[in-house]
Amino acid sequence: MLSYIINRLFQGAIVVVLVSILTFLVMQAVPGSPVDLMIGKQKVSIEQRKAIEHKWGFDRPWYDQYFTWAGNLVTGNMGESVVRTGEPVSSMIKNAALMTLRLNVLSFFISIAIAIPIGMLAAIKRYSWFDYGSMLGATIGVTIPNYWIALMGIVLFSVKLGWLPPYGADSWKSYILPVFVLAFEEIAALARLTRGATMEVLGQDYVTTARAKGLKEKVVISRHVLRNALLPIITVIGYRIAFILSGTIVVETVFGWPGMGRLFFDSINRLDYQVVQAIVLVLSIVIVVVNILTDLTYALIDPRVRIR
Amino acid sequence: MSIDTTGAIRETGPTEKSTPAAGTLATQGVREARSNRNQVWRRFVRYKPGVFGLVFILLLIGCALAAPLIAPHDPFEIHMRLRGHAPSSEYLLGNDSIGRDILSRLIYGTRVALIVGIGATAIAVTIGVTVGAIAGYFGGWVDFVLSRLVDALMAFPLLALLLTLSAVFGPSLRNAVIVIGCSIWASYARIVRAEVLSLREFDYVLAARAAGASDRRIIARHIVPNALGPVIVLASLAIGGVIILESALSFLGLGVRPPTPSWGAMLADGREFLRRYPHIAIAPGIAIAVTVLAFNLVGDGLRDALDPRVTD
Repeated sequence: MLSYIINRLFQGAIVVVLVSILTFLVMQAVPGSPVDLMIGKQKVSIEQRKAIEHKWGFDRPWYDQYFTWAGNLVTGNMGESVVRTGEPVSSMIKNAALMTLRLNVLSFFISIAIAIPIGMLAAIKRYSWFDYGSMLGATIGVTIPNYWIALMGIVLFSVKLGWLPPYGADSWKSYILPVFVLAFEEIAALARLTRGATMEVLGQDYVTTARAKGLKEKVVISRHVLRNALLPIITVIGYRIAFILSGTIVVETVFGWPGMGRLFFDSINRLDYQVVQAIVLVLSIVIVVVNILTDLTYALIDPRVRIR
Repeated sequence: MSIDTTGAIRETGPTEKSTPAAGTLATQGVREARSNRNQVWRRFVRYKPGVFGLVFILLLIGCALAAPLIAPHDPFEIHMRLRGHAPSSEYLLGNDSIGRDILSRLIYGTRVALIVGIGATAIAVTIGVTVGAIAGYFGGWVDFVLSRLVDALMAFPLLALLLTLSAVFGPSLRNAVIVIGCSIWASYARIVRAEVLSLREFDYVLAARAAGASDRRIIARHIVPNALGPVIVLASLAIGGVIILESALSFLGLGVRPPTPSWGAMLADGREFLRRYPHIAIAPGIAIAVTVLAFNLVGDGLRDALDPRVTD
């Protein structure tokens, strides 16, 4: 188990370093220099320009800049925004991350609480109207773009009924629309997945054995089916974190939610690339860490993985 | 079908001349492949939703090709006095914020959706299959380096990566296809690598090597064709996702540039006038959902047809 953990951590570290290099290189390809953005329409002499370049380190080769940037990152310093002059990137991200976390954790638990029972019930009552109905809903659910659900939600609950605010994060009411829009797609995807996983377990010999032993169906389901079906579900939930974080960008932008997604999109539009590269890196690290945790959890629950 | 047959004939031609036995074997292989294809088709047809999806996609392709004939109005024509008009008998789905006919723009929008959906997937499959086959076939440090690259690509939050790349290279239809294609190939590389790892141990690969075939020929002729089944399934299931990605990019203003009719960009227009003209935002969303549904159903059908073990 220990060598497995070390191996996964080592691979994860390589991936994070690779991601940081790739992110940095993409930012180097940005047309126009950051100095132009900084000085805007002011007139500056060549000497002043050189001085600015030197102060921010833009006159050094890219790998040199990369190591400075990466070195600062390790100590938690993400530098300052060039566009929003002087504002430290790390404090911007910290505030936004908290809002994104609230939104996503809420919608995450709601989607699990709704999707897993639906998926399991659909598998147990296979070919019933409940199975067909819920799976039809789930199949359609994954095809609807989440930002369109967001728009329709605003039209219905904010414009027509006037129950919920269409914008911002001022009261608990502001949470309802974004949380459910984010949960919608997850519910559909997870319910389909749970049904598949449960059905596979239902077909296993040990379930037949348990039934043949004369165990009550309730015991068979709760003790043999449920536990084993949760394994693949946990894995996929972990790997879906990348999708969830991507979904946040559009949904937060539509609802004007002051989180990472909107900060990211604003920064793209304002060409604030210090913030963009910091956010991409932070999100990637979150994805890598969650993936490693998922693998470890899986190995912990299922001894077969460890032995391999 | 005819292209396949000619391709197969060209392939068996030289072998037949040198060793007749190998020639008959190869022809037998072709016959088997053909009956296999029929079997796949029969299994696919059994899944009715998949057939429905396929018919719908064919209709969409027809719409995209014949857009100028089908569209009732010019999709670019601006009518300032018809701004945000509700659906009428003349304009069946109403008019957008600058009075353009929504139905005509919707019909032209199939072009962007299909070009990006199929184009980006084709790029992703090409890169993914190549990288995966090389990693799996050569193994060792080549595999290690390529696999970490695949891991790194998969660790990026996809939409953030796409938005960044689009902003860097400039938003346009061509760039949307390239940027999406170059960002989503990792999963293809992963499954092809896994397939190749088992395929390279087969005797026929050894036989090919003994016959003096180059690595390149072994990969292209003997390994990749046998690893394509899961790739086809994944690709058909992924096209829908790509269409949603493109629409999200265009929705955020970093995909296809206006005035080109794209469903995502139409939704952006709808969002801006959500209060005054809510009808603008309805139709494009439904178009996206139904199109994605059609591709997903075909993907489900192909998965069942190509992999008899899965009974979802």
